[in-house]
This record gives sequence, C-alpha cells and structure tokens, in this order.
Amino acid sequence: MKSSLHILGEYTLLMGKTFTAPTRWGMFFRQLMREIYKLGADSLGIVVIISIFIGTVIAIQISLNISSPLIPKFTIGYTTREIILLEFSSSIMCLILAGKVGSNIASEIGTMRVTEQIDAMEIMGVNSANFLILPKIVGLMLFIPVLVVFSMFTGIIGGIGASYADINGMTPSSFIYGLQFYFNSYYIAYSVIKALVYAFIIASVASYFGYNVKGGALDVGKASTNAVVMSSILILMADVILTHILLT
Amino acid sequence: MIEIRNIRKTFDGRTVLNNISAVFETGKTNLIIGQSGSGKTVLLKCIIGLLRPDSGDIMYDDAGILHLRKHELDKLRKEMGMLFQGSALFDSMTVLENVMFPLDMISRDSYRDRKKRAMFCLERVNLLNSEHLYPSEISGGMMKRAGIARAIALNPKYLFCDEPNSGLDPKTSLLIDELIHDITKDYRMTTVINTHDMNSVINIGETIAFIKEGVLEWQGNKFEVITSNNQALNDFVFASDLFRKIKDMENQKEG
Ligand SMILES: Nc1ncnc2c1ncn2[C@@H]1O[C@H](COP(=O)(O)OP(=O)(O)OP(=O)(O)O)[C@@H](O)[C@H]1O
Ligand SMILES: [Mg+2]
Repeated sequence: MKSSLHILGEYTLLMGKTFTAPTRWGMFFRQLMREIYKLGADSLGIVVIISIFIGTVIAIQISLNISSPLIPKFTIGYTTREIILLEFSSSIMCLILAGKVGSNIASEIGTMRVTEQIDAMEIMGVNSANFLILPKIVGLMLFIPVLVVFSMFTGIIGGIGASYADINGMTPSSFIYGLQFYFNSYYIAYSVIKALVYAFIIASVASYFGYNVKGGALDVGKASTNAVVMSSILILMADVILTHILLT
Repeated sequence: MIEIRNIRKTFDGRTVLNNISAVFETGKTNLIIGQSGSGKTVLLKCIIGLLRPDSGDIMYDDAGILHLRKHELDKLRKEMGMLFQGSALFDSMTVLENVMFPLDMISRDSYRDRKKRAMFCLERVNLLNSEHLYPSEISGGMMKRAGIARAIALNPKYLFCDEPNSGLDPKTSLLIDELIHDITKDYRMTTVINTHDMNSVINIGETIAFIKEGVLEWQGNKFEVITSNNQALNDFVFASDLFRKIKDMENQKEG
C-alpha cells in the first residue's frame, strides 16, 4: 500500500506534467472535442432520466410530508427547487458522474498504460500526460456544468409533473408559484462553481489512478474502482468546504 | 552506434541484468537473443530510457542517455523508433492515424506532407489497404507491421524492435525480418532487435548478443553461431532437432 503522502506527491507531479501548454494545439482541440462529444453522448441521457425521476419523487415526498394546513402549499415547490438547485443537481449528480465517467477514464488510461501505449508516446518524445489528461480535465470542466444546469431544468420539470398528481392538495399553480418564490440566482452560480470543482476532481483523480496502474487487466479494474471511491470521497469533502465558503 | 557498459538492473533486490556490455553497430541489425524471462525486454527498456538501470552507462553516439537533460532527452527520442512486444498501437485511432501520430505531434510539415509520409511508410510495410481500420480489426501480423510503420514514420536513426515476429507464422516472420533488415540498410539505422526466433538469428543476425539469466553469455554473428562451442548457446539456439542436424552438417562440411 502506498502512503497517502506518497499518493499526494505522485498526483501533484502528474498534474505538473499535465498542465503545460500543448505542443500541438490542433491535436489538443481534436482530443478536447472527442472528450466533450463522448461525455455528452454517454451521460446526457442518464442525467435527464435520473433528474426527472428524482425531481418527481422529491415533490411527491415533500407534499406527503407537509400535511399541516398551517403550511402553505407553495412550500412544496419552493423546497423542491431549493433541494434540486443547491444539492441534487450539482453534488448528487456529480457523484453519479464520478461513478460513470470516472471509472471510464481510469480504465481507458489504465489500459493504455498496461498495453504500453503510454510508453510508446513517451518514446516518441510526446508528453503523454499532457496529451491524454489535459483534454479530459478541460472537457469535463466545460461540459459537466452544462450537464448540471440540464439536470436542474429536467429535475424541476419532473417536480412540475408530480404536481399534476394532486397529492395532499398540491396544485400545479401553487407549485409553480413556489418555484418562483424567493428565487436567488446566486444558488445557480453556487452550483456551477461546485460542478467545476467536482469536474476537476473526477477527471484528475481518475486519470491519476489510470496513469499509475502497474500490472495487467486486473489492476486496471482495481484502479477504476479506487478512482471512483477516491473521487466520491473528495467530492463530498469539497461539498462541505465549498458550501462553507460560498454560502455562509 | 549504441554502446552499453556494465548495465545492472534489479527489481526489489532480484537481479535481472548483471553487468552487461555490448555495442550495437550503425547500419546493422543487432540481435539480442535469450530465453523467455532472460531479461531482453528489460535490457531494451533500459537502452531506450524507459527503465533506469541501477548502474552502468548507455551511449548514443557519445551522448550518455542517463545524463541528458529533459529537453536533450526529448530531442534524442525524436530520433528513436520502437516496436513494442505487444505492438502498443493506440486503439482509439485507425492504422493511418497511428502512423501519423508521431508526425502530427513532432514534425512541422503540412498535413499533406505528413499524410504522404504516413502512406509511404504504410506502403513500405505492405499495409496500404488497411489504413482506415482500427487495431482491433486487424491481425497480429498486421499490427506488428503497423507498429513498424509508426516506428519509422519520423525516419529515426535508432530502431528498436521487441520480438517483431513472436506469434507469427514462419513466412510472415521472414517477411518482417527482411523488412526490418531492408529498412536498416536503406536508411542506415542502428537497429536493435530482441528475439528468440532462430530463423531470425540465421537470417539477419549481423551482431548477436546472447543473454542467459541476465548475464551476457556469448557475443558474435550469425556465422559464428553455427560453429560456436558455447554449451549454453548451443542448447538454446539448437534446441530444435532440425537446427541441430543443420549444424552437424555445416560442421562436417568444414571438418
Ligand atoms: N517491472 C518489473 N518488475 C519486476 N520484475 C520484472 C519487471 N519487468 C520484468 N521483470 C522480471 O525480469 C525478468 C526478465 O523479464 P523480461 O521481460 O526482460 O524477459 P524477456 O527476456 O523479454 O522474456 P520474453 O522473451 O518472454 O519476452 C523476468 O523474470 C521478469 O519477471
Ligand atoms: Mg520480452
């Protein structure tokens, strides 16, 4: 087992190697487009589906739990919005993406490591970390915030859908009134900032675990599990820290 | 010319290479032979700088690769081409993109010239009709040939091949050996080849270094192999009955 200090050192060195200006910008943009396309094609569907369902369920749960006549019905829409904007669409969504995208990145780079494709690049005098990892980090940081905003929209739509079910007196008009009640657009910025940090965590941590695989296919599998576990923990820690910095 | 001096390499206290010295000559196909597990790949990786030997020196025409600075090493690497034991083609790219990759990343030629060069290399290895296929869609021999095309794309001074014909049928092996030999002659490269294929030894063994359990056991060329009295070498090279009979016949002719 490597000590955490050792891992931190290796990770920092790798990031140093990654964050240099690409020698060929044309190749960089080609890779970047590939990454964004792959991320969009892979994840948009799942983001939309999960967000609609969770938005629906949140609205139903809250309306079931608010039965007191003293609490106005628009509270349901208001609370649903706050949960989705503040926490679900950024943090929970990125935890899901860490599982999907993170394991993908770690196994892709890990496979390149054990089949000597990375060595082949180094032998040509190419900075493999810069070529492989930088487009992934930039691509995720550009596109995950887009996915998060998408998740907000579709989550809210799911909630509106639930309001038609007439549970405990929840009506679409009270729900929509609640959605607009005390709307603070800074919360969207807050979520986007969180998403940027999470995207960096997912891409860089998964790349680190993939890049440092030693051994064979089995170790690639282990690396991708480790990548998901580690980036999930870091996302949760970042969530606490960022919430403290940005909201209090 | 590449010269290695007193290379020693250990992994976790286990000695894999012990005090190996050899010279690989320019314009020749230099072979490193030895049993599976004898340390050929480790030696080749030390020579190209992917592994760092514990001690010893590696000279590329008077430049010691172990003492170069980062940018000097990068420059030297642009003059190296390497075919890996498992081909190491980039599996997200087509054959043509693979061969163009070093050109795209290193050379400053126009796209048209780069593509022309890549197509020329593919023609050289007889792969012209497969350039749009992915590595997973071609055979093992084609992968080796694509790997060679990629290795020679930048017209390297030094060419390294780790078992270019393992896992191939004898006829394809022969073609690949001849291909590497011809390229070496045509461009006066310093070529180093790892192999345990005896056909290669007899065909293109211009200089041969025989490694046994991490120690340099014997050095010579393909003619000396036939007549050598070294027991370990004979056991290894003439492991097959056929080769032993050929050797006996050769020796009778001379005697
Ligand atoms: N990264 C490594 N860590 C530990 N031991 C290693 C490592 N790489 C190689 N070895 C050991 O070094 C020895 C030589 O391996 P090497 O791959 O050089 O053999 P080889 O001569 O190329 O064999 P083959 O003909 O089968 O390719 C083996 O015993 C192997 O276990
Ligand atoms: Mg080997």
